Amino acid sequence: MSINAGLRRYEELNAEIKEVLLSKNKVMVKDVNGQRYIGCGLDKGKEIDIYGTAGNDLACMLNGGKVILYGNGQDAVGNTMGGGEIVIHGHSGDALGYGMRDGQIYIKDNVTCRGGIHMKEFKEMKPVIVIGKSAGSFLGEYMSGGTIVILGLNLKRGEKLFGTHCASGMHGGKIIVRGNFPRENISDNIKVTALDEKDKKELDGYIKNYCKYFNADYETIMQKPFKKLIPISSRPYANLYTPN
Amino acid sequence: MSVNYIPRRFTVVRDRDLCINCGCCVRQCSNECHYFTDDNEKVVVNSDNCVACHRCVDLCPTKALRIEKYVCDYRDNANWTPQYQQEICRQAETGSVLLSAMGTPKDYPIYWDKILLNASQVTNPSIDPLREPMEIRTILGRKPEKISVERKGKSKTDMPPQVILETPIMFSAMSFGSISLNAQKSLAMAAKKLGTLFNTGEGGLHPDLLDYTDCAVVQVASGRFGVHKKYLENSRYIEIKIGQGAKPGIGGHLPGEKVNIEVSNARMIPKGSDAISPAPHHDIYSIEDLRQLIWSLKQATDNKKPVAVKIAAVHNIAAIASGTARAGADIIVIDGFRGGTGAAPTRIRDNVGIPIELALAAADQRLRDESIRSRISLVAAGSFRCSADIVKAIALGADACYCASAPLIAMGCHMCQTCNTGKCNWGIATQRPELTKRLNPEIMHKRVENLVNAWNHEIKEIMGGMGINSVDSLRGNRLMLRGIGLSEKELEILGIKHAGE
Repeated sequence: MSINAGLRRYEELNAEIKEVLLSKNKVMVKDVNGQRYIGCGLDKGKEIDIYGTAGNDLACMLNGGKVILYGNGQDAVGNTMGGGEIVIHGHSGDALGYGMRDGQIYIKDNVTCRGGIHMKEFKEMKPVIVIGKSAGSFLGEYMSGGTIVILGLNLKRGEKLFGTHCASGMHGGKIIVRGNFPRENISDNIKVTALDEKDKKELDGYIKNYCKYFNADYETIMQKPFKKLIPISSRPYANLYTPN
Repeated sequence: MSVNYIPRRFTVVRDRDLCINCGCCVRQCSNECHYFTDDNEKVVVNSDNCVACHRCVDLCPTKALRIEKYVCDYRDNANWTPQYQQEICRQAETGSVLLSAMGTPKDYPIYWDKILLNASQVTNPSIDPLREPMEIRTILGRKPEKISVERKGKSKTDMPPQVILETPIMFSAMSFGSISLNAQKSLAMAAKKLGTLFNTGEGGLHPDLLDYTDCAVVQVASGRFGVHKKYLENSRYIEIKIGQGAKPGIGGHLPGEKVNIEVSNARMIPKGSDAISPAPHHDIYSIEDLRQLIWSLKQATDNKKPVAVKIAAVHNIAAIASGTARAGADIIVIDGFRGGTGAAPTRIRDNVGIPIELALAAADQRLRDESIRSRISLVAAGSFRCSADIVKAIALGADACYCASAPLIAMGCHMCQTCNTGKCNWGIATQRPELTKRLNPEIMHKRVENLVNAWNHEIKEIMGGMGINSVDSLRGNRLMLRGIGLSEKELEILGIKHAGE
């Protein structure tokens, strides 16, 4: 089943997508031109394949469904997502995976500011973001759980793996980086450590998925070393206040 | 020996003739003011930690206890008051930001007390609410520009979702975490019975409250705690929290100590971790971005839920309210700076924001000037102490009012203003099981209902006196208000005349 988005309003487009998904499990949406909220709250067992440029809040509140984007995403992809999978064959805008609690996001290229902000985990829910190339500033801001992997593939000379204020306010979870990374851009509350066996096993699965989705070479990716960024304290603001 | 630079605040006075050394006060005080002597025969007191919550006073079987202010004079100084000196000492000791709870106790003008209500005499008869119907049903939600009707009188208009309340009084946002589950449950039970709503704050919805989703407002704030698709569906309306009157420009921060297993489950974060909700939503940098979040919530709920936006009363409130209305909010909540909080930096609470009376009047006027007031609903918050305050707020332009401190007082709160310590002896602002079990929802919901029913009746009496039989005719009816002792500028902002005019 295929829907043509064209220049239609998002209300109309999303209503049509929801209508189709009442009876089908998968829908293809073509010629998308920045329409917002596609895949909003998509339930488990449903899939949307998108061709074009998806607008803001792509797959927000994702509820276990799968969204594959053949093109670039804009801001707030996977906003407050609660489960499922997003695969973007391109790059994504600001605040990727804001407040994401579960599920996985794979981005072939780069993400801009505030990727993985407020990412959190709970019991068996462990959100994951895998970024193929690089990230903008404030990556993993306020992050309190989950995993961000950033691979640095196809970085040009002078390009950095991530921007300034990386992991500012982070108090849980981990960011795994590959190859050279700008230590000067990491916030004070973060320490750099080696991966343990558990991390390596976990990472291996994500890399294999990345290679599968984007046809990348596993061996090439594994040639460079990986490091892990984690917060020094899970309670960075514990002594901020005094009762008055 | 370390020097304690700050004298204690209160003295617990025990009448030895009345005290039977039963130890009730020892068991009741979480601040450990009362204790048995070593031989276990006599109860004695150490007043250092007393917060004047009156738990021991109210439960003492022989009424042997009394709290008095501890008087220890400093040299008179209108500038360097004891309060400022003591706060400096606290910060010199800790190097930390001062943290307070509940609404500001400072002596700022309370305009409710400077506004007088009208009543009918001779020309327009007053109405006796005991005999005649008096309508206080309130309907919140976006209203269409115009209504088209079929020949037979049936509406052809596609109505956006509406929320019907049987009273203009709702319970404001208080999260599970800031208050106990028993306190939240009492409010939920009362809301259901009264035909009004309670509000989850940004604490998620505890499974025990799933029977009350019909009367729940679920909040979405910057930390997105407990927010998922089902949570949004389990509500009457969704509220985006941009700001809070007690701490405009400041976010929420539930310390890890209060995140026990139950709180952790409701918020969906690990036990013992800090729940940080910073002031900015990082997906909202403009009115256009606010529109994006509003519509994403509407899309996630198939346009079945109205979306409210709660903003703190700040200097440019009129313009902000207008922008919020245009961003697609169905309900705008304005929270005045006297509003309560479980914890706020003292300096913010006591210095930032403006009173709800002025903010409400200014916002209502601006929305009317721009002909968009009738599209949206306006909810006022930020300290309503009695039914007359509510009537005045409605006459200034509010559709409904959020109350929190008043129902808490109905449940036992004595305004000791130490919610942030988590030691609430009344079982309200605490997560300690031995304290929360003191608050029995089966009893407390009735006290809250009694309070709201009493206020409802008083509102009807006041309306009847004005010759008004429907709250719709009171809304924005500023002719029913007169200022007393207010400057011309204040009257101008409130949009009311002076008494005698």
